[in-house]
Amino acid sequence: MSAHLQPTGSAYFIAKETELAETHTLSVLVDNEPGVLARVIGLFSGRGYNIESLTVSETEHEAHLSRITIVTRGTPHVLEQIKNQLERLVPVHRVVDLTVRAASLGHDRPIERELALVKVHGSGEHRVEALRLADAFRASVIDANIEHFVFEITGKPSKIEQFIAIMKPLGLIEVCRTGIAAMNRGPQGM
Amino acid sequence: MSGTENQMTGAEIVLQALKDNGVKHIFGYPGGAVLPIYDEIFQQEEIEHILVRHEQGAGHMAEGYARSTGKVGVMLVTSGPGATNAVTPLQDALMDSIPLVCISGQVPTPLIGSDAFQECDTVGITRPCTKHNWLVKDVNDLARIIHEAFRIAQSGRPGPVVVDIPKDVQFATGTYTPPSAVPSQKSYQPKMQGDLKKIEEAVELMKTARRPIIYSGGGVINSGPQASHFLRELVELTGFPITSTLMGLGAYPASGKNWLGMLGMHGTYEANMAMHDCDVMVCIGARFDDRITGRLNAFSPNSKKIHIDIDPSSINKNVRVDIPILGDVATVLEDMDRLWRAAAKTVDKARLEDWWSNIAKWRARNSLAYTPSDDVIMPQYAIQRLYELTKDRDTYITTEVGQHQMWAAQFFGFEQPNRWMTSGGLGTMGYGFPAAVGVQVAHPESLVIDIAGDASIQMCIQEMSCAVQYGLPVKIFILNNQYMGMVRQWQQLLHGNRLSHSYTEAMPDFVKLAEAYGGVGIRCEKPGELDEAIRQMIDTPQPVIFDCRVANLANCFPMIPSGKAHNEMLLPDEATDEAVANAIDAKGRQLV
Repeated sequence: MSAHLQPTGSAYFIAKETELAETHTLSVLVDNEPGVLARVIGLFSGRGYNIESLTVSETEHEAHLSRITIVTRGTPHVLEQIKNQLERLVPVHRVVDLTVRAASLGHDRPIERELALVKVHGSGEHRVEALRLADAFRASVIDANIEHFVFEITGKPSKIEQFIAIMKPLGLIEVCRTGIAAMNRGPQGM
Repeated sequence: MSGTENQMTGAEIVLQALKDNGVKHIFGYPGGAVLPIYDEIFQQEEIEHILVRHEQGAGHMAEGYARSTGKVGVMLVTSGPGATNAVTPLQDALMDSIPLVCISGQVPTPLIGSDAFQECDTVGITRPCTKHNWLVKDVNDLARIIHEAFRIAQSGRPGPVVVDIPKDVQFATGTYTPPSAVPSQKSYQPKMQGDLKKIEEAVELMKTARRPIIYSGGGVINSGPQASHFLRELVELTGFPITSTLMGLGAYPASGKNWLGMLGMHGTYEANMAMHDCDVMVCIGARFDDRITGRLNAFSPNSKKIHIDIDPSSINKNVRVDIPILGDVATVLEDMDRLWRAAAKTVDKARLEDWWSNIAKWRARNSLAYTPSDDVIMPQYAIQRLYELTKDRDTYITTEVGQHQMWAAQFFGFEQPNRWMTSGGLGTMGYGFPAAVGVQVAHPESLVIDIAGDASIQMCIQEMSCAVQYGLPVKIFILNNQYMGMVRQWQQLLHGNRLSHSYTEAMPDFVKLAEAYGGVGIRCEKPGELDEAIRQMIDTPQPVIFDCRVANLANCFPMIPSGKAHNEMLLPDEATDEAVANAIDAKGRQLV
């Protein structure tokens, strides 16, 4: 019915998005104060962007600075816009798109590490197998009784994904992941 | 519909989804980012669109419509200023639990975040003032989201929701999913049925109560007509006295013999004293608001408290209760009535005699008394006459916010639920008139009156133009004292009678203003002429602005001054200038 209206009937220029979405990791250094996280996150949710991973902790106690690491998906153009708008926020000290920086340094991607706690319930063969695989992944046992293990594993997100996937048939109960901590390789800071 | 079955543009999906959710009227204002939806509205006849003059008006109209029908109110606004103007009614609806769906246009997806013309972060701005909100980025999600929006707005504790739709999504073609095909959400499942053990425990406690009271609220109205029915039954069965919050008026009839009047800051002496001295309090769909409780540590100190509410976060929020019952008011009261009937034989009705004779003494104190006058119209008298002359008609009342609102609550008797629309939680001046327009849209044959103040009415007066356009004969009854009366009253109480900016030096001629809009203006200055003037207003088939000139310096009593307890009320005959000036101590001054 309204086909004739399509692009021309708008008060806005509606251009089709041609860039492909990419996954980027951003580091944001902010004053550690109430509301700062909501301000940062608002720039993503206002665009309907999902945040795939989020890590926040105070990293410089004397200066009360927190470092926020965000993994999100979007077009490079919009991610650059978000970065610029983050820099404009009052409590924000510094913003680095680690993915872009890594590329400019000639690296594939920034260093990204994550910690996960993985609870597995089982007995007999499954239990032995879980322990053997944990050893291969250098996961350590931090809690156990005769029926369960809680493993602690750190590494790249892909390694953790793999570990969780193979624990599934061995009695996986629950998983908790920290979200990634990230920085670029080389001697310079962010 | 073009092409394959169920393939529609986003704008077509919006209209189809509204129809499938039973919408008959929407209140809105067009603009660049909603033009495709307006184009669809133009090409259909099932849904009537009411063109407002300001988006705030659209929101309050939708609220009045929802409150008077029990249905969801729908508003439609454009991006940017359209959405920001909707914020006040959204917060108003959130605080008073009014089901509202607000559809807003947004700039095209690729432009979001680029400071485009009429862009604002609608989901960011409305997040704290809605029950839930969505930014729709894919046209294939649109139908599901609108159906969910209706479900969330009206289920559990009702509230406002926003669906923000970028313009390219309105143009894009996608699949329409009917409401029946949408899987229900897993995360939001309000609990309707109350825990039967808790209800039994509550009934046991009520059976032995010697000084019981029922304190009911807006939740009874929201739960639907059945809830009022079961509440009336409960009062009849138990013989308990009942009081209500501002939002709950009409759930129990004002003419009922167990009615104590409204409680709280401007409630009756008998209601507040009974709350203070009771041994068992049954709170039904109310939330222990600060206007109700007075000083918290002196609130009903010796009572066991039962609290029925559908919102788990309302329980133990301000006041700790002994028996919380989580569930829908109507469902819980039905169980409670049944359990009471089963146990009725074991209940000694005579045990309440002393309590009722106490209440009779408090009633005799006549806390709503005022000094009548033959020369000037007392505001209380004006409301009494308005009530007497309209009570046998099919009448709906809305109010603005201030002294006139409290006088309306005190002196207008409500016999049925959904007849009283007022901004209780947020206290929004400018609410009443657009709300009345919304009520009139839903009930075209009824008498709809906005009881207003001279200051409040000027906040949304532009909707006169809307009322005239649609032939909605709403009556605005202004208690005109030339002051922001409640502000002045507080300045007298708190700030040494220094009346800072609470007097309106330049007042419009309300009669001419009505005529300028194409309505009818009536002025009345003498008590002897009031009845005739009110009759004339009722008989006028057009919108009327009634400029009722009342005593300028009358104040609203009785009153619990801030920082005081229920048994420390300031009564009208004790409210001398000196008593008013000293009513609130230093601690109370910190409060509002």
